[in-house]
Amino acid sequence: MPLVSTPPEDELKRLYTLLTTVRQLDLAAVRWQRQGVIPGYAPMLGQEAAQVGSGCAVDPSRDFVFPTYREMGVAKALGVDMVEYMSTHKATWHGGLYNPAQTHLAPIQAVVAGSVLHAVGWAQGQVIKHADTNPGPDGFNIALTYFGDGASSQGDVHEAMNFAAIMKSPVIFFVQNNGWAISVPTDRQVAGGSVAARAAGYGMPAEQVDGNDVVAVLEATRRAVAHARAGNGPMLIEAMTYRLGPHSTSDDPGRYRTLAEEQSAQNADPLQRCERVLRERFGVTDHFFQAALADAEAEAEQVRAGVVALGPRPGHEMFEFVFQEMTPALAAQAASWREESEHA
Amino acid sequence: MLDATTLNPAQERGATVELSMQAALNLALAETLDEDPKALIFGEDVGRLGGVFRVTDGLQERFGATRVFDTPLAESGILGMSVGLAMAGFHPIPEVQFDGFAYPAVNQIICQIGRMNYRSRGTLPMPITLRVPSFGGIRAPEHHGESLEAMFAHVPGLKVVSPSDPQQAYHLLKYAAQRPDPVIFMEPKSRYWQKAQVNLHDGGTPEGARVARPGRHLTLIAWGAMVSRCLQVAELAEEDGIDVEVLDLRWLKPIDAEGLAASVAKTRRAVVVHEGPRTSGLGAEVAALVTEECFNTLKAPVERVTGFDVPYPSGDLEDEYLPGIDRILFGIQRVLEHRRG
Repeated sequence: MPLVSTPPEDELKRLYTLLTTVRQLDLAAVRWQRQGVIPGYAPMLGQEAAQVGSGCAVDPSRDFVFPTYREMGVAKALGVDMVEYMSTHKATWHGGLYNPAQTHLAPIQAVVAGSVLHAVGWAQGQVIKHADTNPGPDGFNIALTYFGDGASSQGDVHEAMNFAAIMKSPVIFFVQNNGWAISVPTDRQVAGGSVAARAAGYGMPAEQVDGNDVVAVLEATRRAVAHARAGNGPMLIEAMTYRLGPHSTSDDPGRYRTLAEEQSAQNADPLQRCERVLRERFGVTDHFFQAALADAEAEAEQVRAGVVALGPRPGHEMFEFVFQEMTPALAAQAASWREESEHA
Repeated sequence: MLDATTLNPAQERGATVELSMQAALNLALAETLDEDPKALIFGEDVGRLGGVFRVTDGLQERFGATRVFDTPLAESGILGMSVGLAMAGFHPIPEVQFDGFAYPAVNQIICQIGRMNYRSRGTLPMPITLRVPSFGGIRAPEHHGESLEAMFAHVPGLKVVSPSDPQQAYHLLKYAAQRPDPVIFMEPKSRYWQKAQVNLHDGGTPEGARVARPGRHLTLIAWGAMVSRCLQVAELAEEDGIDVEVLDLRWLKPIDAEGLAASVAKTRRAVVVHEGPRTSGLGAEVAALVTEECFNTLKAPVERVTGFDVPYPSGDLEDEYLPGIDRILFGIQRVLEHRRG
């Protein structure tokens, strides 16, 4: 399968490089878990195009992105430090060590659909800020929120879409339909067969795109960004992809799907499709692909070294970040923890 | 709607004005919107209608529908949106229309609002003041008479406060709305319409507990609507020569352990009164704190006079459920008559 359209060679090369980087990092993270470097990981194998394509469509200097726990490819596309991102999987700090206020990537969210409403609130905040100049010559800053086919069953997703559509909030609901909510397939999860179809009920435009086509995803997300920036309200994109790996490193897909099924899904590998176009349309040679792979492996190795070097956070941080204004009771608990752990 | 600009000039420093709690809260919200351009008020029916208890009456008209707005009827949506607005730099003051309807928003309140500052290592503070018309006493339908303080006080990252009268309501709400942390503000709905004198200029310290009535023989510890009931009880007890101190706890998290200890160290007996069910109610926490701080001076175990471990009953049985004057007096009698060994 080719790509929906062919961007200039440089742009396609840049996308391919990112796809390769996150693919290698993802494969590496699974190995780290097997090696005992990290306790767990949620692989995004097969979803690279959906994540890189959409992540490249927003401007992290002004927009804000709300991930779940499987958006490593998005984080990379936004330029988030990968050691700080992976620290959540190292069990260093739940939300990750990156600064969400600076990176404009919200903390990693373990409640599926938990942050979809936050995106609506943030987006509506941009409307309120520009209440006098709606939406201004540069358009609205937009929120991009991720969730999956499984999370689309959550009531919060309905509430978020309804709120956003009523208020015309500049938010993009980006669904990665990867076929599986852990062990439950989409046909046991999504009535009507499509999340995108639901958008009509909210009077909101939606596009279902080939989530394994990085260019299709990028272009669709750019259209959604333009739509929201211009003040036309929210938009939904459903990227149809496939979770080639397990739900997490604790999962065993052999209990709910066959090897044949997984192999047939691999035919849609987003990297191979991108590679084919680069070779056939632009005559890109092995040298480029080998270099991209070598760079990606080297980067994964660097990230591994950074993750290994992450020590535990000092225990006082347990107490420090609960409030902006610490309570006397918590201060007393912190003092007692310090005293008793020093005597241990 | 009251307007501070018309009230204040007439008011000397130290002078007071008579307000209902509804009016005091309304004034506090108006002043907050006036003084803090980042403050936003939203929820179900808070805009055009002014709230089912009229606490936001006139605010949309005065401050516009951008800053005071009606949302769809979905509590999780209201609270989830608050998180995003706080991330965008706003100071949301959402309303959940009735206590029992905070339950559909529990994930957003507990897992999101309570934890975002922590999860983000202090980079995404949640300066959200969630107003919740709370507690029973108005013969309302099911889910309109709940006491959620123990549940929310148990949650790391949340603070909980409840005013007992118009003076407290005005000053505590203004203070809560200026905090950089999430505060659950529990308004005793049975007290909305009682009027009292409010000193707008001098609220005393907005932190900690407050001695609502000094006394020598025992301390009644209460919050919200139970404070006025305890004051009534204190007057009746006085006729029998019992001098009751009433401690208005105000902050249910953080609880003012020092204030508690100071009062009980003096009176040596404590009865804690609350509307919520007894088991794992906030009275248990209060009793534990009093015991830790005052074990050697206590003359009797801390007594709890509370709601029962039953779902909040229908209006006809409400008075059987809520701590009434007689039950509180029995509690007082038990601690006064307690003999060691």
